[in-house]
Formats: sequence, structure tokens, C-alpha cells
Amino acid sequence: MTDLNTLTIAGARDALRKREVTSLELTEACLAAIEAAGALNAIVHPTPDLARAQARAADARIAAGEAPAMCGIPLGIKDLFCTRGVPSQAASRILAGFRPEYESTVTQRLFDAGAVMLGKLNMDEFAMGSSNETSCYGNAVNPWRRGNDATPLTPGGSSGGSAAAVAADLCLGATGTDTGGSIRQPAAFTGIVGIKPTYGRCSRWGIVAFASSLDQAGPMTKTVRDAAIMLSAMCGHDPKDSTSADYPVPDFEAALSGDIRGKVIGIPKEYRMEGMPGEIEALWSQGAQMLRDAGAEIRDISLPHTKYALPAYYVIAPAEASSNLARYDGVRYGHRARLAQGDGITEMYEKTRAEGFGPEVQRRVMVGTYVLSAGFYDAYYNRARRVRTLIKRDFEEVFAQGVDAILTPATPSAAFGLGEMAEADPVQMYLNDVFTVTVNLAGLPGIALPAGLDRQGLPLGLQLIGRPWQEADLLNTAQALEAAAGFVAKPGKWW
Amino acid sequence: MSIDLETAARVARLARIRVDEAALPALAQEFNTILGFIEQLNEVDVEGVEPMTSVTPMRLKRRADVVTEGNCQAAILSNAPDAREGFFAVPKVVD
Repeated sequence: MTDLNTLTIAGARDALRKREVTSLELTEACLAAIEAAGALNAIVHPTPDLARAQARAADARIAAGEAPAMCGIPLGIKDLFCTRGVPSQAASRILAGFRPEYESTVTQRLFDAGAVMLGKLNMDEFAMGSSNETSCYGNAVNPWRRGNDATPLTPGGSSGGSAAAVAADLCLGATGTDTGGSIRQPAAFTGIVGIKPTYGRCSRWGIVAFASSLDQAGPMTKTVRDAAIMLSAMCGHDPKDSTSADYPVPDFEAALSGDIRGKVIGIPKEYRMEGMPGEIEALWSQGAQMLRDAGAEIRDISLPHTKYALPAYYVIAPAEASSNLARYDGVRYGHRARLAQGDGITEMYEKTRAEGFGPEVQRRVMVGTYVLSAGFYDAYYNRARRVRTLIKRDFEEVFAQGVDAILTPATPSAAFGLGEMAEADPVQMYLNDVFTVTVNLAGLPGIALPAGLDRQGLPLGLQLIGRPWQEADLLNTAQALEAAAGFVAKPGKWW
Repeated sequence: MSIDLETAARVARLARIRVDEAALPALAQEFNTILGFIEQLNEVDVEGVEPMTSVTPMRLKRRADVVTEGNCQAAILSNAPDAREGFFAVPKVVD
């Protein structure tokens, strides 16, 4: 058999059920791959003992003939998920030493299904970033390189460790979270698949909150089929999250028929950005042609408020973050600053937060504080929420006209070099999310999948956006595109 | 709208983040860049548009008003930087 860590989830599941392999063997293969991949800095808290114990339990379950699809599958878990007894610090110094006494709903569901946790994955601090460069653990590194050029590239962010780990075959799949593109942008930068489901599909309980009205968890995997399998195990109603939807969860894998004849795919003209690289423009056209060849109808559409999505996001997300992150005050968990003689509680808060939060988090908390402050609330926050209504309405209108899914590029560029954006102002970095952020604002499902390589040999992704709650249909369309694109490239192993 | 040093200092104070005096000019500059970007929202006609409160049209579920969890003081305090006698401990708040 090939290296077990390179298997897909579907391939491993089938091999496990046929008793061709054990979960312990799969797990050991991944642990060995992790051991050898320190240069990627993808796994920041390995949990090998837990993984072996879970693998043995999964093997017993499989032997008993009672094995859900995810049973025995070794996964990486983003550091944003609270995992009982295991460091969970959202890549922030302010949560140093925090070991949750509880398990997030999403990881609990995965464990209930028999999945194995290999460790916690690197990310941008509090999921605020698009390059994994704001992490307290240091940068995660993209396994892909520009040909023979050894310049280290970003795996994207915020789920950069998840993306790097899946692309480098350190795990079979990983959890990610997506507030403005944090699953889809890193997936595109590393040549893997990532889906952000409809807002409310996955419980947010036990996931460190960034912007509660935008945050959603989702799987990051090697194939669309794997995304379907893993998503089915992650989502479902949870009374502990009041925004979790009480809808039945379809068997997403069973919906993968490959037949998209008659589906209407919208191509939004507003996503044709000035200065967009020709390669991305070409890939987008090729993607549309592939869907047309598969029997879909391609239709030009307009989403007129697209341009205002990023500015609206950079009011709403920091506003919610400033409120959510108020809890990090050095009282109940995590870091507390050493105090000087005579320091009172205000000094404790201010010093703790100055030491504990990195510069990007501080910046966003303060921007959020400003837009919510007296006198500016209406001008900024309420205006942004009105614009958000209009952005959502744009999508509702095209769906009402019969559009089933929307095809866009996933990112405005291929992966860039770590440190390359250091001199840029914060807004330049924010532009990474220009194609993905609309989807969070409208609460829709969106999936990024690899569709080609640029001339430097780096993966480029396309994004499909679906109707609310229609992840099954979206995954089916994505699989048709995946089959037509035939993306099989893997990064050359240098690490 | 331009953020001056005084406003930057006020925002830092409201956010309970200590910012050194020397770092204020750079911070104010960053705020101005970000707010300049956000200013684009003023181009949008939002007359008569409701601010979004919930992205999915759903009613919040209700549940019985009962205690669902409890008696877990040790678990709650287990991550505290300073816990004493069953309480979170902080510097003196009232003189």
C-alpha cells in the first residue's frame, strides 16, 4: 500500500472497512509525517498519546462492525477549537497555558464519529489574518514553492496550519474556521478543498469567537468527496449555540452524483477586479467552460454591492471582535501581566491585554471599539449593517432568478512570500479576502477547490457559492468541476 | 474624519489596551488608513434599508428556565491565573 498518510478520507475509510489497514497504522503514518515536517510549523501542539488511544478505540469499533465514515480517520484540529485537556489558545499569548475543561461541539461530534486527533494546528492569532503571520507560534509555511525557488511562502490564513498540514499529507483532513475567507483562501493557496457551510450549519460552541455573526467551522480536505464526508460529521443542531440551525443534516456524500446538467451557474461581473492577474482570469473562464461542458448553463449575473463587502466587513468583524475579546482580561484564564506596586485592576487589564494580544488583534479590537463608540455607532456600525443587508439581497435576487451556484476566483493571487506584505498597510492584506468575504456577510455556503497551477507552479483555486442550506448541491457541482479540472499536483517534498 | 493622537489614546483606553505614548502616532496613522477604507460605505444609498440583525431568517429557540449545569467550581477556576478559596482573585478594586 502507498504511504498511508497520503490517503484520502474516503480511501482510508474503505480500506479500514475492508480491514486492509488499521486506524493505528494510519495514525502512526501521520505521526511520523508530522515528526518529519517541523519546517512547516503546521502542528503546534501534537497529541500523539491521545491519537493512539483514539485510534485503538476506533479499531475496536471497526472490528465490532459499527463504524461511521469518520471512524479511525486521523485529523488535525485548528487551535481555535477548545479541546478538553489539550492546549487551545487561538495562537495567542493571552491564552497561554489554557486547557479547556470542555470539548467544542464540532470536535465532540468528530470524536463521537470515531475520528482521531493528531494535534492542534497553527493559525493566525484569533483567526485575524490572511497569511498565518500573526500567530504567537510563528509562521506556518506552505509546502508549495515557486519551482526551485526556496523562498518560504504563506499557506494563507487564518487556517494556515490546517491548509499546510492537509497539503503536506500530515493528516487526512483538518478542521478550519472561516470568518471572511479563512478556510477558502488557505485552501486555494495550498491546492486543497475547503468548504465554509451556511451560517448555522456547524455549532460555534467551544470555538473561540472572533466575529460571531460571521464565524463558521468547516472541513479542509484533499478532495470534494472528503469534504462531503467530513462536513456531514461536523454539522447538526446544537442547543448550546442559539444560532445553530435545527435542520436535518443530509448525507452530503450520497448527494454526489456528478450530474449537473441543467444547473445554472452565475458569473458575477463585479468579481472581475482591476489588476487581477491574467492567469486567474483565464482559470475562471476555463472553470466556467468546464461546467458548461458538464451540462450546466452559464449565465452572466450582477452582484452590485460587491465592492462594499470588504469595507462593511472591516466594520462588522472588528466591532464583534472588540466585544468578544473583552473577556480576555487576565481574570479567569490565560495570561495575566505582572503588576507593579500600586497597580489596580485597570492597570491589570491594560497591561495584560497589551502583552497578550499581538499587533493585528490590538488594531482590530481598537477599530471595533472606535466604530461602536458613542457618536460613531450609527455612522459606522449601523451603516455597515445596512450595507450587509444589501449585499445579502444581491445574492437573494440572483438565486430568485434561478441561479443555482456562483463561480468566482477564490483569491486575487497565488500564495505570496512570507514577509512580503510586511511593509504594506493593513488594508493591502485585507484585499486577500475580496472574493470570499461576501459569502460570510450573506451567510452562504462557499467552497474553494484547486483548479490549476500558475506559471510558477503554484496552485490556484476557484470558488463556488451556493444557496443557503444547499451544501449538498454545492458539493455536487464542486465535484463536477473537480473531475473536469483533474487537479492532481502535489508539492515536491523539501521539508 | 481623521484620528488625532488624543482620539487614538482614548480608543486604546476604552479598549483597555496599554499603548505607549511613542506608539500613538503610528497607531493613529493605521486607524486613518483603515477608516479611510471604510469611508467608501458612505457612497451607498442605505435609505430605508434595515440593518441586518440575523443573517438567517430564524427565531431564536427558547428553553426552560432551569439550571442545566452546575457544581463545577473547580473546573471553572482551574485555568485562573490567581484563584483563592473558591474565588477569582484580582487586585483591590475599591479602596
